[in-house]
This record gives sequence, C-alpha cells and structure tokens, in this order.
Amino acid sequence: MGKTLKFLIPLALFAGLVALLFFGLGTDPRKVPSPLVGKLAPEFSLPALGDPTRTVSNADLLGQVSLVNVWASWCYSCRAEHAQLLRLARELKEVQILGLNWKDTEADAQQMLRASGNPYQVSAFDPDNRAGIHWGVYGAPETFLVDSEGRICYKKIGPVEPGTWESELAPTIDLTTRKCKEYRS
Amino acid sequence: MMPSLLAPRRQAPSNPGPGRGSRRRLAFPLVAGFLTGFLFLPLFTLTAGAYTLEEFQFSDPAKTEEFRRLTEELRCLVCQNESLAGSQADLAQDLREEVYRLLQSGKSRQEVIDFLVERYGDFVLYDPPLKPSTYPLWFGPLLLAGVGGIFLFLTLRKKRAARERELSAEEQQRLRALLADASTPTKDKA
Repeated sequence: MGKTLKFLIPLALFAGLVALLFFGLGTDPRKVPSPLVGKLAPEFSLPALGDPTRTVSNADLLGQVSLVNVWASWCYSCRAEHAQLLRLARELKEVQILGLNWKDTEADAQQMLRASGNPYQVSAFDPDNRAGIHWGVYGAPETFLVDSEGRICYKKIGPVEPGTWESELAPTIDLTTRKCKEYRS
Repeated sequence: MMPSLLAPRRQAPSNPGPGRGSRRRLAFPLVAGFLTGFLFLPLFTLTAGAYTLEEFQFSDPAKTEEFRRLTEELRCLVCQNESLAGSQADLAQDLREEVYRLLQSGKSRQEVIDFLVERYGDFVLYDPPLKPSTYPLWFGPLLLAGVGGIFLFLTLRKKRAARERELSAEEQQRLRALLADASTPTKDKA
C-alpha cells in the first residue's frame, strides 16, 4: 500500500462522513413521510363546519382534483398560510380546496373564517380527531393533494407558502387528466 | 398542550452552581450526585408513564399489561423522543384512546401496531422492522465494527512482527551500550 493511498483512504472516509452529515442537516426530523401517499384517501365521513346536516366524505373527492387542508383556529401556521390558500382558491379553477377543521371548536373556526376569509369549498368538522387519525395527521397545518379518483399524490407538512404549489404540489399532478403523475411525501 | 409543528422545547433545569470559594471542594460530590441521578432516571420516566395510564381501565389484566407495553413501545409523533405512554402531547392522548378502543374491541397487539403503521408509518415504532430500507440501520454498525476489527487486527499483527524481529549486530551493540550507561548511577538522577 503506497503512502499516498494510506493518506487518501481516511480522507475519503472523512469526506463521506461530512457529506452524510451535511445531507442530514437539510432534512427536518419533524417531517415524517406519510405511508398514505400513493394510496386511496382514507375513508371518512364528517359533518360540515357550520352545517351539521351536510356530510363531507370521500364522495366529495371524486371527479375533481382536491387540496385537503388540515387547519385549526389555534394553529398559528394555519393563519400564516391562509392568504396563500385564498390565492390558490382564486387562481386554480381546476382544483377545489377542502378543509379538515381539526381539534377545534365550531365557534372559533367560524370566527377565523369570518375574519380572514374562507378559501374552502367546504370544511369537514373534526373536533375529536376521528378522521384525523385515519389520515395520519399529527399536526396542523398539513395539506394533501388528492386526484380525481381519490388517490393521494402528495402530502405537504407545514404551511403552504408562496411558491409551494408551483414547486412542490403542482409537479405531482396532471391537471388535464386529473390524475397523479408521481407520488411524493 | 396543543399539538403543533413547533412544539415548545423542554427547558433543561438550571444547575445550581456552588459558591465561588468552595467550587473545588464541591465539584466531586456534585458530579457524583449528578451521575447517581442518572441511575434513577428510568424510575422517574416509568412513574411519569403510569400517571397518564390510570384512566384506561380494562377488565382483563392481560389487556392492561398489553396496553402498557404497547404504549411504551409506540412513539409519539409530536414530542418525538417520547413514547405514547410518556407524552403529554394532545395527539398522544388521542392515540392512547385509539389504542385503548382497538384493544377493547378485541384487536390483537399486531393489529394495533399495523393500524398505526398504516397511517403514520414506521416512525411510530421504537423497534424498526427489518427490511431493505432499514438494512443500513441494522447492519451498518456491525459492518463498521467488522471493518474496525480487521484494521485493528492487522495493525496489531504488524506491530508484533516488528517487535519480534531479531536485532542486528549493530543494534545489539547499541543496546548493550545503553544498558551499561543506565546501570551507572549519576548524581543528577538522585
């Protein structure tokens, strides 16, 4: 074994370790990939926020591309992303935005929508985390992109920011066929 | 506590430092006490777990035990270094209730685990399953230890070979000179 090689091997190992750790810096341990991506959206059936006679269920997902946004009035990041959802509701005619109002009270939720506007076609009301567990929700906000057959293309954990739709969500869906192009989490 | 992506960090308890003058004398008992505290740490975490489990009553003691074991083995997604049993996060309570409901409805241990893994992924397991994506996790340390072991073995063998080498005539002579030198007592060494 040459002297140069003896010197280079530890250096290469060290460089590899640095690369691995550097890659680790860029990943967020709080973002747990969802096993539901690529599968049909879990069964759910909940009353609509503000209208207990109307039921929101998987049937509402069929035939259209949907963004299912998990939100609550107590969640600050949800308030922060609200403006973006309003913008998407205005600009994306091919996509419906459904809310999953999570672990909230009806009064607080309604108050927030009155104060900052309502981007949702309809919000399912889930104060007891009944549907939330089946959707693998572990915090708010979370946003699922669901195709017209009810299949989950993408799960966004954390707030929707300017550019999130364009860079993260849109590439996973084909808006003409209304089907998932790829599955990511 | 409300679940949120930005769960508040636990504040580490501030260490009451000793007074300036007695710093050195107190250092050892402090360190010893601190380390002893670590020995008892598991006791405290167990009692913290039991505290939240009291509200879940089963008629069958085997199920109570199963519930206790399951919630210790499943991981909370909000406070990520806590088990479902130990976490005070709101979501952990929801999941404890779900595990309770599933066990009450006669589901087996494996069915409860599958239910949670289907929804939250392998992340909820403290004991990761053995599959291709976790091979580095399971075998990586063994591989590293193996490579290290081989390296150590080779190095030691080389060293021994070097030690057992016969001395040349010139070296023998130098050794004798050195030994003779050392046996003559000198003044400045006393």
